[in-house]
Amino acid sequence: MTQPAPLLQVNDLKTYFTIGTGGPFGSGKQTLKAVDGISFEIHAGEVLSLVGESGCGKTTVGRTLTQLEPATDGEAYFNGTEILSLPNSQFRPLRREIQMIFQDPFASLNPRLTIEQTLAEPLHIHKLAKNRKEARVLISETLQLVGLDPKVMDRYPHEFSGGQRQRIGIARVMILKPKLVIADEMVSALDVSIQAQVLNLIKDLQRDSGVSMLFISHDLGVVRHISDRVAVMYLGKIVEIGNRLEIFENPSHPYTKLLLSSIPRIKPGRTKVEDLGEPASATSPPTGCAFHPRCAIATEICRSAQPEMNELSETHVSACHNISQLLGGHA
Amino acid sequence: MNFISTIQNVFRGRTLATIGMIWLCVILVAALAAPIFAPFDPLDIDPIGRLQEPSWAHFFGTDHFGRDTFSRSIYGARMTVVIGLGSVVFALIIGGLIGMLSAYFTRLGHVLMRIVDVLMAFPALLLALVLMTLLERSVTNTIIVIGIVYATTTARILFGMTLKLKGEVFVDAAKCSGAGHSSILFRHILPNLISPLLVQASFIFAFAQLQAAALDFLGLGLPPEIPSWGNMLSEERIYVTRAPWLLLFPGILIIISVFSINLVGDAMRDSIDPRFKDDIAGV
Ligand SMILES: Nc1ncnc2c1ncn2[C@@H]1O[C@H](COP(=O)(O)OP(=O)(O)OP(=O)(O)O)[C@@H](O)[C@H]1O
Ligand SMILES: [Mg+2]
Repeated sequence: MTQPAPLLQVNDLKTYFTIGTGGPFGSGKQTLKAVDGISFEIHAGEVLSLVGESGCGKTTVGRTLTQLEPATDGEAYFNGTEILSLPNSQFRPLRREIQMIFQDPFASLNPRLTIEQTLAEPLHIHKLAKNRKEARVLISETLQLVGLDPKVMDRYPHEFSGGQRQRIGIARVMILKPKLVIADEMVSALDVSIQAQVLNLIKDLQRDSGVSMLFISHDLGVVRHISDRVAVMYLGKIVEIGNRLEIFENPSHPYTKLLLSSIPRIKPGRTKVEDLGEPASATSPPTGCAFHPRCAIATEICRSAQPEMNELSETHVSACHNISQLLGGHA
Repeated sequence: MNFISTIQNVFRGRTLATIGMIWLCVILVAALAAPIFAPFDPLDIDPIGRLQEPSWAHFFGTDHFGRDTFSRSIYGARMTVVIGLGSVVFALIIGGLIGMLSAYFTRLGHVLMRIVDVLMAFPALLLALVLMTLLERSVTNTIIVIGIVYATTTARILFGMTLKLKGEVFVDAAKCSGAGHSSILFRHILPNLISPLLVQASFIFAFAQLQAAALDFLGLGLPPEIPSWGNMLSEERIYVTRAPWLLLFPGILIIISVFSINLVGDAMRDSIDPRFKDDIAGV
């Protein structure tokens, strides 16, 4: 069976940081493997969620794909064009199609610019409006689209609440009619009461516009309703990837199970939350399978060898040595 | 955020700063309309009426050429304003650009900021002295030299602040919108530097007066024929026992003016800072 080529195809992406001052003799320098060889694809109109606990490299994936960080290695094809190696000048026109929503709605708006100035900037850069009047029409439309009164465009960011600011952040992205939106923990800085509203908004916008999304979150509970597929990340690597139902109903990797068990439930009697334990360090990751020190079913091989990706179904892949055991025979 | 309400914010409840501001306005008016206010030509000499005590005819007395010290003081206000504004504009533009560009373009910064560090290793007055000895005495050169001295401190301060702003999320967001370097520097970063720049301006304006006076006093600043408060101190210093008023009046003028500028500068900083905090916390 032939599927259409994916909108985004990421192959073995690596983003390393050099940290430490280096000391007087350049000794203390360390390599931090924030993203260490991940591959995935996103098809047109699809929402792929990237989940994993704090520090596993989710944000870095998004920042690398938008050239905010340089990739150390690997390729990313967007509509057939390799984007990681594109020089800034050639990547700029593509920025219209690849947009990012940031985690912190307070820090992501320039306090010195009005909402109109903030939203007009991308329009003028990408020549989507000839003059201020045209820009204001588009800005009004977009503000309404995200549930804000167009009158707000004359005001400054500090006059808005977190939820409103995140709507403005969404407007800045959607005004460009992008093909791919990378949403980095876009609700995690908001009050719980506001989170659902903003999630519903982005879900509706996604469905109506058919835009593809890389939806980054540390909370599997948040991604449950928005994702088509889910990728689970641990210490710079993807450990399991599959359709939403495969991940939520039939998780295979012990880490995915751990994450699922830590979603808070309202049902009484099921309050036991397994201890997540300490995540390992990205500067000196454990040998073998990075998850083995926290894994309940780790065996000898887990300490020495890195697990391969095992295909459980055409869409479901998991990196665990003991999968065949768990499933009772190789798939 | 209109101009008048900003001014009201700065001076409401700050009596000393208000007095300081009034004094600065007096100096500005004196500078602009010196020929109207000065009873005599500041250059008119009167060999018979040398070293006269203050009187109704000569409020501040006369100097060793018999020139009217009051008129010279009023014309001296001109130099105060010209040197002050000139140094501020020069230092903020040059120093601001060096600081911002150095922080933004890391490699360029390695070179430029090392030069700044070297210049900053000299005490301010020494640096001004060294530069002045290389140049002719003139108004422009005095402004350039004082401007260079304070461009270094401006560059240092803006370097640090730009470095911090460059890592802000809204800068990343602007990049994602496709903004280029100049737009990020001048549209996104610069407006967030306005308050430190204002504080820096008042600081430079005040110190430029002291520097200029010191250079004049050492005979390295403005040409001697230009009436400036520093030149007046310098020329009449040997008469300190016979005619102390010749040093008293320009000296007091320098002190009050520097003090006033500092008061106004502090008031501006105090009134701008909390509002700046409001942007972040008042949500
Ligand atoms: N610019 C940087 N320089 C050095 N280290 C970095 C940089 N950015 C991120 N890191 C490190 O890379 C690792 C992954 O960071 P990243 O922000 O991608 O994680 P994350 O999964 O998004 O976490 P969170 O849930 O906290 O947002 C962390 O250990 C972090 O400290
Ligand atoms: Mg993150």
